[in-house]
Amino acid sequence: MSDKAFMVPNPPTPNKAVEFNPEICIGCNLCVDVCPTDVMMPNPEKKKPPIVIYPEECWYCGGCVEECPRPGAIAMLHPTQQRISMNWKRKDTSELFRIGMKNPPPPNTRPPSG
Amino acid sequence: MSTWHEYVQKTGKVPDWPYPVNYGKEHEVVTDVLIIGGGVAGLQAAINARKKGVKAAVAERGHAKRSGAGGAGVDHWHGAVTNPCSKVTPEMYTTACYDSMRGYTGGHVRYIITKEGWDTLQECEQMGIQIRDVNDEFKGADFRDDETRLMFAYDYKNRHIVRVWGYNIKPKLYEEARRVGVDIYNRMMVTSLLTEGGNQGGRVVGATGVDTHTGEFYVFRAKATVIATGGAGRLSLFAPEVTTSSSMSDMNSAGVGQAIGWNAGAEFVCMEASGHNRLSGFGYSPYSMGGTHNTYHGTAIVDADGKEVPWADVFGRELQSVQERFLPSEGQDFILGEGIGIGPYLRQYRSNDLSRDLVERISKGEFKLPLYADLSLLPESERRCIWGMMVGNEGKTRIPIYDTYTRAGFDPDKDLMQAPVMPPEGYAHSNFWGAGINTPPTARSLGGGGFLLDWNLKTNLEGLYAAAGSTIFGGGCHGESHTTGRYAGRHAADYAKTAPEPKTNRNQIEAEKARAYNATRQSKKGNGWKEINAAIARVMRDYCGRHKNELVLNLGLRLLNELKTTELASAYASNPHELGRLLECHALISLGEMVIKASLERKASNSILDFHRLDYPQMDPPEWNKLLPIRQEDNKARVRELPLDFHLKPPYAASYEENYQKYSGV
Repeated sequence: MSDKAFMVPNPPTPNKAVEFNPEICIGCNLCVDVCPTDVMMPNPEKKKPPIVIYPEECWYCGGCVEECPRPGAIAMLHPTQQRISMNWKRKDTSELFRIGMKNPPPPNTRPPSG
Repeated sequence: MSTWHEYVQKTGKVPDWPYPVNYGKEHEVVTDVLIIGGGVAGLQAAINARKKGVKAAVAERGHAKRSGAGGAGVDHWHGAVTNPCSKVTPEMYTTACYDSMRGYTGGHVRYIITKEGWDTLQECEQMGIQIRDVNDEFKGADFRDDETRLMFAYDYKNRHIVRVWGYNIKPKLYEEARRVGVDIYNRMMVTSLLTEGGNQGGRVVGATGVDTHTGEFYVFRAKATVIATGGAGRLSLFAPEVTTSSSMSDMNSAGVGQAIGWNAGAEFVCMEASGHNRLSGFGYSPYSMGGTHNTYHGTAIVDADGKEVPWADVFGRELQSVQERFLPSEGQDFILGEGIGIGPYLRQYRSNDLSRDLVERISKGEFKLPLYADLSLLPESERRCIWGMMVGNEGKTRIPIYDTYTRAGFDPDKDLMQAPVMPPEGYAHSNFWGAGINTPPTARSLGGGGFLLDWNLKTNLEGLYAAAGSTIFGGGCHGESHTTGRYAGRHAADYAKTAPEPKTNRNQIEAEKARAYNATRQSKKGNGWKEINAAIARVMRDYCGRHKNELVLNLGLRLLNELKTTELASAYASNPHELGRLLECHALISLGEMVIKASLERKASNSILDFHRLDYPQMDPPEWNKLLPIRQEDNKARVRELPLDFHLKPPYAASYEENYQKYSGV
């Protein structure tokens, strides 16, 4: 923990829109290039993940994720007020789930049609 | 590291703008056909202009590979009535739209859409879009034709709406545009149309734009221009922190095409039409919650105890089987389908729906909230089609919904997807995720008005054509945007082949340049674009809301002008991105002025246009049953009258088909 504090504006709402995994992202900036609203800008340091600069302009189309050549490098994150609403219930057991929950069930691996 | 906050606090530095900035550095682009807006309509226009052998350039606000309302995918294609399985003709479809809107939609545009929609879709197939069940995943299903492997939505008997695997439709169109040699200028904020002699109402000879990465200035000189921009979601509502994730129009939807057309003297109709917008973004991420509308048509809804909500036909008769949800009832001609830019539907074309007394039955406690979508109650083919095919391909669904839910463990065979929890009245419309009841009642959206086009999809201005679902009078949604773009591009190319060399006017360019860069010269204490956009939206909600009168509308005009000459004139842009957004605020003000001026001219209330004049309260007086085309001449609004069926009156022929044969060029 550091006591260093900065005079910065409040984090925007939402603040993320997308999140990078620096272990996988190679900083190719293809996502930056195709984003319709310039949500991200290239990192000043080469080969590093882009910087999310205008998260409140994100449309959540997921185009950046589709464009990414490195699976897992970028994830689209719905705003918290959306994730908290995206709920489902298992019919047999009445268990409740939501997007963003702490201990999610195992992924359903069925790909989309086509 | 992902966010700006993280970066700044880790490095202690504010990063420099990553692109070289040269405000005002001028480039000239000379082409035959300039297309403004590189969405699905714009790329179709460009590709089809190239096919005619002329040069084509696209000025796109984002990046044309994935931009635009249609850029995020599509799962069904309306108006493909000439497909080999369809029992609907272009005449039947056009009449259904025109009669449902009691004439307040461009019948000629609808006819063009239905004559060429299937051809356009087949061209998309050649570009690599899957439009058939080639893997026989759905063999034998009710909605599939086993010979052609086409699959249909909404109306399995009449088979005119085709289900498509369109998640990648925009990248494929983009590849095709590149392949055929279209010049694409991304990040281009178009600020004005250029006209011959710089005169309002003169021949359109190009446009000006600012690159929102570099700040450089572009002068496009073109023999013909096609406007193919999108809607104007930011006009009467601006709350991006809440609404962008849940809207079907992105931040670039600022009515720029309509604004530059208006300022150049183009003519518009029905701009006074508006509606309470259930897709305004005060709901939930598109398709992220249970419902039965559009992509989810046919889904079973159960209450908290698992009791199923019945479906009913348009006459209120309860449906006994899942199959009946997709079939017209006795007494219906065919089902038109949802999401085609039609407000009211005549009963003979309307969709089956959840029982219409659902609101009452929830209120009385018969159905207990929350409701859930129970896909497991559908036959396997229907369940897989809705979740695995439609939700995997519709706009904003492949990654945001299918991938997000699937990775989180959701299984449509076993799980109930919750519907939003709303007051009972919220369930009156089957689009639950849109949650229209949460939208402030004063928030309005444009209601089907747009550029008034002739049978060539040309405006009143020489050299100016228009296309795209939400931009033209008579447009629709995704497929309609492709088809009108294709047609307009072809006609603009034909014109360009014989048109004289375009001459731009230096004075007009210099004046535009001075205006465009004003915000870079202001004091750093000036307002930002978000504050101004919010103020524009406030003026539109308060002074041009559902209920209007002459005085209030005029006060609204005054306040828009106040904003333009005061807060907007002194606004400051820190970088080319903010400059682009501020220039969009200029466009929004022009569009707002047009909407208010059009509203002032209709001195009668109109139910189809959802137009309510407190000073002219009589609803639908017959003498006002007409279009009121409006344009600017010497910066003054000029209005004329036009019959609703002008497209079948001289100088045009009396039937749709005769006109199509004469004007389509095929």
